[in-house]
Amino acid sequence: MRQKVRYVHRGEIVELENIDPTKTVLNYLRYEKALTGTKEGCAEGDCGACTVVLGELVNGKLKYQAVNACIQFLPTLDGKELITVEDLKEKDGALHPVQKALVDANGTQCGFCTPGFIMSLFAEMHSTPKTDRSHINDVLAGNLCRCTGYGTIVDAAVAVAQSSEKDRFHTEMTATSALLAALKKDSGLHLTWLDRHYFAPKTVDELIDVLARYPDAILLSGATDVGLWITKQHRELTTVIYLGQIQELKEIETQEGGLKLGASVTYSDAWAPLAELYPDFGELIRRIASTQIRNSGTIGGNIANGSPIGDTPPALIVLNARLHLRSKDGPRDIPIEDFFIDYGNQDLKPGEFVEAVTVPLPKVDAKFATYKISKRFDQDISAVCAAFHLTLKGDTVEDIRICYGGMAGIPKRAHLTEKAIIGQTWNETTISDTLPLMEEDYQPLSDMRASNQYRMLAAQNLLRKFYVETSTPEVPTRLLGEGGFACA
Amino acid sequence: MRNPPLSRNVIRGTVHAPRHHDSAAKQVAGEALYIDDIAEPKDLLNLYIAQSEKAHAKILKLDVSAVRRAPGVVVVLTADDVPGINDASPIAGDDPVFAEEIVEYAGQSLFAVAAETLDQARAAAKLAIIEYEELPAIVTVEQAMAANSFVLPTREIRRGDASASIKAAKHRLTQRFEIGGQDHFYLEGHVALALPGEDGDIFIYSSTQHPTEVQHNVAKFLNLSDHAVTVEVRRVGGGFGGKETQGAWFAAIAGLTTKLTGRPAKIRLDRDDDMIMTGKRHDFVVTVEMGFDDNGRVSGAEFIFASRCGRSADLSASINDRAMFHADNCYYFENVTIISHRCKTHTVSNTAFRGFGGPQGMLAPERMMDAIACYLGKDPIDVRKANLYGKKSRNVTPYQMTVEDNIAPEIIAELEKSSDYAARREAIRAFNKASPYLKKGISLTPVKFGISFTATHLNQAGALLHVYTDGSVMINHGGIEMGQGLYIKVAQVVAEVLQIDIERVKITATRTDKVPNTSATAASSGADINGKAAEAAAIAIKERLAKFAAEYYGVKLSEITFLPNRIRIGKHVVSFRDLVQLAYMSRISLSSTGFYSTPKIHYDAETLSGRPFYYFAYGAAVSEVIIDTLTGENKVVAVDILHDAGKSLNPAIDLGQIEGGYIQGMGWLTTEELYYDDKGILKTHAPSTYKIPACSDRPAIFNMKIFEQGENVEETIFRSKAVGEPPLMLAISAFNAIADAISSVTDYRFYPELNAPATPERVLMAVQNISETAKTHKLTEAAQ
Ligand SMILES: Cc1cc2nc3c(=O)[nH]c(=O)nc-3n(C[C@H](O)[C@H](O)[C@H](O)COP(=O)(O)OP(=O)(O)OC[C@H]3O[C@@H](n4cnc5c(N)ncnc54)[C@H](O)[C@@H]3O)c2cc1C
Ligand code: FES
Ligand code: FES
Repeated sequence: MRQKVRYVHRGEIVELENIDPTKTVLNYLRYEKALTGTKEGCAEGDCGACTVVLGELVNGKLKYQAVNACIQFLPTLDGKELITVEDLKEKDGALHPVQKALVDANGTQCGFCTPGFIMSLFAEMHSTPKTDRSHINDVLAGNLCRCTGYGTIVDAAVAVAQSSEKDRFHTEMTATSALLAALKKDSGLHLTWLDRHYFAPKTVDELIDVLARYPDAILLSGATDVGLWITKQHRELTTVIYLGQIQELKEIETQEGGLKLGASVTYSDAWAPLAELYPDFGELIRRIASTQIRNSGTIGGNIANGSPIGDTPPALIVLNARLHLRSKDGPRDIPIEDFFIDYGNQDLKPGEFVEAVTVPLPKVDAKFATYKISKRFDQDISAVCAAFHLTLKGDTVEDIRICYGGMAGIPKRAHLTEKAIIGQTWNETTISDTLPLMEEDYQPLSDMRASNQYRMLAAQNLLRKFYVETSTPEVPTRLLGEGGFACA
Repeated sequence: MRNPPLSRNVIRGTVHAPRHHDSAAKQVAGEALYIDDIAEPKDLLNLYIAQSEKAHAKILKLDVSAVRRAPGVVVVLTADDVPGINDASPIAGDDPVFAEEIVEYAGQSLFAVAAETLDQARAAAKLAIIEYEELPAIVTVEQAMAANSFVLPTREIRRGDASASIKAAKHRLTQRFEIGGQDHFYLEGHVALALPGEDGDIFIYSSTQHPTEVQHNVAKFLNLSDHAVTVEVRRVGGGFGGKETQGAWFAAIAGLTTKLTGRPAKIRLDRDDDMIMTGKRHDFVVTVEMGFDDNGRVSGAEFIFASRCGRSADLSASINDRAMFHADNCYYFENVTIISHRCKTHTVSNTAFRGFGGPQGMLAPERMMDAIACYLGKDPIDVRKANLYGKKSRNVTPYQMTVEDNIAPEIIAELEKSSDYAARREAIRAFNKASPYLKKGISLTPVKFGISFTATHLNQAGALLHVYTDGSVMINHGGIEMGQGLYIKVAQVVAEVLQIDIERVKITATRTDKVPNTSATAASSGADINGKAAEAAAIAIKERLAKFAAEYYGVKLSEITFLPNRIRIGKHVVSFRDLVQLAYMSRISLSSTGFYSTPKIHYDAETLSGRPFYYFAYGAAVSEVIIDTLTGENKVVAVDILHDAGKSLNPAIDLGQIEGGYIQGMGWLTTEELYYDDKGILKTHAPSTYKIPACSDRPAIFNMKIFEQGENVEETIFRSKAVGEPPLMLAISAFNAIADAISSVTDYRFYPELNAPATPERVLMAVQNISETAKTHKLTEAAQ
């Protein structure tokens, strides 16, 4: 396997060897390259001050995406183009259109958040810029500014979207694509540093092989969890296997059984296909983290980390998704619900990995909803996340599946409540009568996100809300999302 | 454009005109340097501070020998290594840089490790052997009150007999509520870089709002004269009060490392350490009682404030004083008692934060106005109007200052109209009748904020202005640029006075060896006092040049006019540059200092009376919210602001302050929750758990305007008004609007108990409680 990281920067291929494989891109830029335009505001992916843009060839087209340099490991740059705030100005020193727009809008105060906003806006300029406010909110959800109150920055985003100006990166696109295409041909990567190993296999077979040799290795996908083990817990990882170079794990297919998402499909890429099947699932993805995190974080990682507060598992569980696991012993399929055994304990054997998840297609008579409750709407972790799947026959409940995140040590179904509702008439009395059972289904904890009383009450009220929405859809119940009241 | 052509008609960069932030072009390109961006000197040592894990404990043993032996470690610093005084407090001498014998909050600094790399320093710190004997920790205000635990004595302001007049009033109401603290969450954490100089001198880059205090504290800590320590600050990445006193100990530790090793040393806190180790906005518990008539006019008011000061005094005296000074806000309370308890807790020492106690003080009367209105079944705006300060009578504050510049009535009237308040209030009530789960609320609240440091001696500033022989100008002053646009405002003042294009004015980094003995850039006073000092320096130069020109050309002084970039001298017109050249050749000094001290203010700290403020800044906002009564989720959907910036020096900058202030205040009152566990450990110390407003939290409809008739009645810098802090309090309208929405679930018959911040949890619980109250009330009514 190859022993040098190769990435594109400023129109050239940069090669790195002998590097600490868990050094973050941010620390590399700031403390080794003296490229200090990119800032650290939190080192955990939440503030966006460290935003850089990565260019990748996707189906032969150059695609620019913003990511958080603070939690991305340096060798994951392999095969990509890196763009930082220092790279944007024209050669003659003129400001880039995005930079100019922010200056003109008076969008800087202390300026510490500014480079991050610039890079988010730059990536946006190179995708599908829109002037509508809620779209801009989504684009900027991962960039915190403590000074401006955002209005001026939104003005700049609108100005960028309205302009048809092109930049140097458009002009140089062909050349960059050629460099990236050349890198695509590189073999898998194996770095060694001190006693540590970093592998980036290119195929599932290679992965199976490496994993069989290093069954204790840490699998790395989007690093939106693993990155924090380094920056927050200061852990040392001996062997890391990066899954992001395996094309097979990034496939999205609609099959007979449903929508199959490879484990390395990012939130960003899963968003549209999921939204198309289940609009509420789309809204849930929109509420997960930020653009930068959605560009890195994967569906597989969100499941595999086994977190009780991961947002996709409750929805996947009520939809009865199937999880595809794999190891050198071959594939293994399980209902996703069975994957979550206990807090910190998943049905994943040593040497096994999550390969994909299949989400069943919507059934005609069924109703699905999912709700996320957090202190802040965007870029926050759920205090409670609820998902419901209801099948009615006339007025009678033929089947209902209820699952919550944040209510137990794992994403967990409300079996007693479900049982009491099935076979009953779908009406107010049934709901009121069964709500107390929820207290037997769950004993939630109190922590900084919410008290146990609140979690319980909110969980019960969300079931009530689901009832209201399914029985009297004309009654307003949503602050956000489609038809939401708080949207402009 | 290095040298754009000189303007002839109007200079570029006049006052009263919008102008971009001076650093904008550098900021967007990543070229604006913050301290951690400065090229690292060779031999740099990196510092890590080991913190107490206990909120209150005796240190039985602190053995750092293994730390000293760890790889890469060069020096380990403890209290025993301090050559001077182990303190970095602003006033009271009660903030040890390194704990001695006892720790009083979780996060308190125990010792520091300097190593070749930060990772080495952090890893080594873990090797210390520390034994604690845990002592009972006082965490909350209630616990402190119960234990009579105070950092400073309780203060009182009294006028008339409030309790008698409350008793005698036709109606009475009491409210008790808690107001949470707030982390500054400046995007740039605390950082200091110390460099060795000759003679053992130390040069320090510090991300501070108060370089002079850093200088003094470092000198005191190292047992050096003040002149041996120089502090420089070009900009900080956000301050908001959090870098007023808190930077000193980091600078001191870096300075000590440099002194002991002769090597440069840097300390940069990561987000968690910054949030755990440094002070925040004070949380308050407030009890208010008011007596009032059928119109809602208050005859007697009694306020009891108790604030969580944390382990030391820091600035808590002035902060709590200011809370007391804002318990009236825009309202005349004839008989009034204001009591302020300053609680000592085993939590981080709370500190300055935009508004400096004012916001907490002001929330009390504003909530009462709404509670009274609800009780009387009136529109809260009418109750507010019934209580506003008068222009000629009813115009003396509880602290005996006459309100001479009251424009609250005009601002409220204009905003009420422009925001279409009345019609929207009706529409909201109609919406709420028809919507069982989602409820809207609206509120208009005004702000009157006193401008000046309450510690009178701090109201002084200095500036230094050089004119070089090519006619370019350097201006330096004691103020710190933290994003608020101070540098550009001061440059505008200089350009205006000298009538030269602003590109000819260079703003240089604030340094203790250029302008000494400065005050913190705080209390919204930055442009007011430093602008005036710079103006004084510029006027001195201008007068000197005029006098010289008159003599040189043999004309009268009255025949000299400063035109844009040139001077008319009798019949001659000479460019600014040429006149400067001539003056130089004639051996005229082209450098001047400037000094300013705010007039008129005086204040007796014992009786808490006098004129603590030079003037007041006003504003008002209407906020509209929507809440989900099933989950407590809530959102501010629209805001209308009318704010008084006097004659604004730079409307673009001021609008930025207004919007940023409102959003920051909204965060304080809605999503930003500091959560300590019962052992006093802060659990919300990073953005993953501490939620400041994000882009989508900004109300979709955001109308703001600077009050056009605004003009300071006092002779401030070009009649402008300070605008840093006051807008934060406009967000009280958002909190009150949430309460209004909650009240709607009882058809507005009851006013909710609601603590700040109004998280989904608090709102849902308030909805539950108020529904219970209404139900119980109905049952009792039915039984009667
Ligand atoms: C700022 C921020 C905001 C966030 N917001 C949200 C949110 O709103 N909702 C939410 O649910 N989560 C949120 N998260 C958590 C995080 O994004 C998710 O849990 C994410 O899905 C993890 O995916 P990843 O690809 O980044 O995984 P990684 O961090 O790379 O890995 C996570 C874990 O899964 C394992 N793993 C990864 N891929 C596989 C695989 N294919 N097979 C087996 N094991 C695997 C890894 O070994 C590791 O243990 C947030 C995180 C951050 C930093
Ligand atoms: S530094 Fe905050 S997201 Fe990276
Ligand atoms: S400008 Fe200061 S944080 Fe955005």
